Amino acid sequence: MAKPKVAFYWCASCGGCGETVVDLADKILDVVAAVDIILWPIAMDFKYKDIRAMEDGSIAVSFINGAVRTEEQKEIAELLRKKSGLVVAFGSCSSLGGIPALANLTSKKKIFERSYLKSPTVVNPEGVVPKTKSKVDGYELALPEFYESVYKLNDVIDVDYYLPGCPPTPDLIVNAVNAILEGKLPPKGAILSPDKSLCNSCDRNESKPEDVAISEIKRVIDVEIDPEKCFLAQGIICMGPATRDGCGASCINGNMPCTGCFGPTDSCKDQGAKMIGTLGAILEGDEEETIDKALDGLVDPAGTFYRYGLSASMLGSARKEEEDE
Amino acid sequence: MSKTITIDPITRLEGHGKITIILDDKGDVERAFFQIPELRGFEAFCVGRPAEDMPQITSRICGVCPSAHHMAGTKALDSLFKVEPTPTAKTIRELFYNLFMFEDHTIHFYYLGGPDFIVGPDAPAGKRNILGVIEKVGVDVAKQVITIRKRCRDIMAEIGGKTIHPVLGLPGGVAKRVSVETRDTIKTFAADAIEFAKFTLQAFDDIVLKNKDYVDLILSDTYYHQTYYMGMVDENNKVNFYDGKIRIVDPEGNPIELFAPDEYADIFAEHVEDWSYIKFPYLRKIGWKGFIDGVNSGLVRVAPLARLNAADGMATPFAQQEYERMYATVGGKPCHNTLAYHWARLIEILYAAERIKELVDSEELSSPDTRNMNLLTPKEGIGIVEAPRGTLIHHYESDERGVLTGVNLMVATLFNSAPICMSVEKAAKKLIKGGNVNDGLLNMVEMAFRAYDPCFSCATHSIMGEMPLNISFQDRYGKKLGSMKRDSYGKETASWK
Ligand code: SF4
Ligand code: SF4
Repeated sequence: MAKPKVAFYWCASCGGCGETVVDLADKILDVVAAVDIILWPIAMDFKYKDIRAMEDGSIAVSFINGAVRTEEQKEIAELLRKKSGLVVAFGSCSSLGGIPALANLTSKKKIFERSYLKSPTVVNPEGVVPKTKSKVDGYELALPEFYESVYKLNDVIDVDYYLPGCPPTPDLIVNAVNAILEGKLPPKGAILSPDKSLCNSCDRNESKPEDVAISEIKRVIDVEIDPEKCFLAQGIICMGPATRDGCGASCINGNMPCTGCFGPTDSCKDQGAKMIGTLGAILEGDEEETIDKALDGLVDPAGTFYRYGLSASMLGSARKEEEDE
Repeated sequence: MSKTITIDPITRLEGHGKITIILDDKGDVERAFFQIPELRGFEAFCVGRPAEDMPQITSRICGVCPSAHHMAGTKALDSLFKVEPTPTAKTIRELFYNLFMFEDHTIHFYYLGGPDFIVGPDAPAGKRNILGVIEKVGVDVAKQVITIRKRCRDIMAEIGGKTIHPVLGLPGGVAKRVSVETRDTIKTFAADAIEFAKFTLQAFDDIVLKNKDYVDLILSDTYYHQTYYMGMVDENNKVNFYDGKIRIVDPEGNPIELFAPDEYADIFAEHVEDWSYIKFPYLRKIGWKGFIDGVNSGLVRVAPLARLNAADGMATPFAQQEYERMYATVGGKPCHNTLAYHWARLIEILYAAERIKELVDSEELSSPDTRNMNLLTPKEGIGIVEAPRGTLIHHYESDERGVLTGVNLMVATLFNSAPICMSVEKAAKKLIKGGNVNDGLLNMVEMAFRAYDPCFSCATHSIMGEMPLNISFQDRYGKKLGSMKRDSYGKETASWK
């Protein structure tokens, strides 16, 4: 029997999702033995045609990482959707928008201004900015259009499964590949990492506050971090309660709080809202004044609660709707 | 008829590089453009974020060298909050950083740039990859490479929480102390890493330096540019990746600048072209002179060879021996031969390994004193490290709470972008005459930029083999005349109208 065909494809990503595949180290050999990797990396311009020529559904599974920010990426995602039995959104950017989606808090105009006009090192008296079409010595050069918003994969195509994380761990990748090979797949739409909060597998869970426990939110720069105690009990925001399990509590092992890269669990969907609820329950005081004071240490709510999820959050989608109109 | 050749790696989709070569009417190369077709806007969207989040946010600029951004960001925080990290914190950071340089350079040699030499520049394209390397050096060596890299990355995860997007950096320190057990693990690793680095240099010796053709290639004019060079040096003007002053030498090798991070904006300015999202840095006092080399050009090269050129030597004994041997072979300092970047990179692997050993042996390493909590009101901070691909600068401005109001990032590939353009142009000029383009072009041109290990040919994109390329021939009106393609398995096809 022919080995199942697997495609890896990337949209707007940092390369970390590719690097984590390299971190499979020797396990990559097992993967290669079991499947036929037909795209890795995909070279769109020439494989495009080859993929088009393939029968619909003939790729067993396509793993797509990165956020979607150009027309081209959207087209390939659509093509791979058609040719693949399964599409797995690979990593936070693809699942939720990821760090690049923080750009949804600003605008293309501001991005251009800051990069090309207002940076302390730029010398640009004529106000030159990059253009999609330009002429140099009579020759035309092209650049892709820079999009106004950053989209997650399921904004543009139907997605079967999600592998969360920035980046997903090698173990999760191996589990996903095995589940596909053995046909032991969960219902469509599932996120391929345990559906419980990170706190469940955190060593510090014992000391996690259940009730009103802290009077103010503190920043990591302001406190000495206790290496044993739950971050929330120390007044430091840890996204653990609102974040899906599966990373092995890596950041906590590094003695830093979780910033939420695995996204929400099934039951809470909106990661930020869930975290705000958790904080509400443990913060002292109900007078507006005391609450305001308690929140002093929370200088960037959007970037804290939706660090990786702005393409998925209500905040991010407001911007996108504006653009669609 | 005039033609345009576009070399467009797949990676343009996620924002790496695109090369366009313009031919004159005789079919000779007139200009070459190295375009960066992507902009993610980190400088704009980091405004409004708390400064302390920057080491983790900016690491997402690159998942292959996240530790470089993480560390440049962390050092910028020291400067922003005017705090001196504790000796223990410095040791842990530099140790972590050298582990990173060790594994990143290693993957470049065995997976990326190395195959051109190990397997051969004219070997079938399908063999010029890691699989070809395995064939040539044997499975045992390949396993050794995988194992040493994994051990290195496991230690990094232990110190930094995660290897891809680590979390250790805080202003004035690091988040976690290094346990005595970890220290012992690192000790064993360091000894093996030094042996591995020596082995790798020996392999380079046997395969490359003992082959006259290769040496001729390295020394050939095709891959030669006289430029300024920059790199970080310690107080003895020896190479350091983590901390020190930045030194610049002119094309003759004379030191012309030795500056502290906060002076960077006096030294460098950036030029904007409308055909690339990347900017082109140049020496302010010389000015923007365009894509030319030589003493009158303000262009400065960075990354391994540039670091070695800009320094007086290596701070560790074995690396210093290799440093001397390299310059004796290539005919003195500075070395302008772009392909010598590969050799310089291996010397840096050895230095990183030796430095790891020095640092793990230092008393402070396992002390609990990992943070200086004495932060002052923030305003402006600049942090610089040597990333594998060259000098990396993070510059933050903030309000008095430490919420960012301005961010400026100068990354390594930025400094090398104009030189890469020139290198590609020169290689193409040597090869394309009278409109004759052959398969060799692909690899010759690729070798010209691969030597720099630019981000767009990063490990993750090329692990299965060649970087896929698409060269299309167009007239000046954009009409397609034909194309040449190569897929990721090295299979090449051409079609003509
Ligand atoms: S809040 Fe954070 S530190 Fe506390 S138990 Fe949950 S994951 Fe662990
Ligand atoms: S601890 Fe949180 S931020 Fe860190 S890897 Fe795990 S899920 Fe991601």
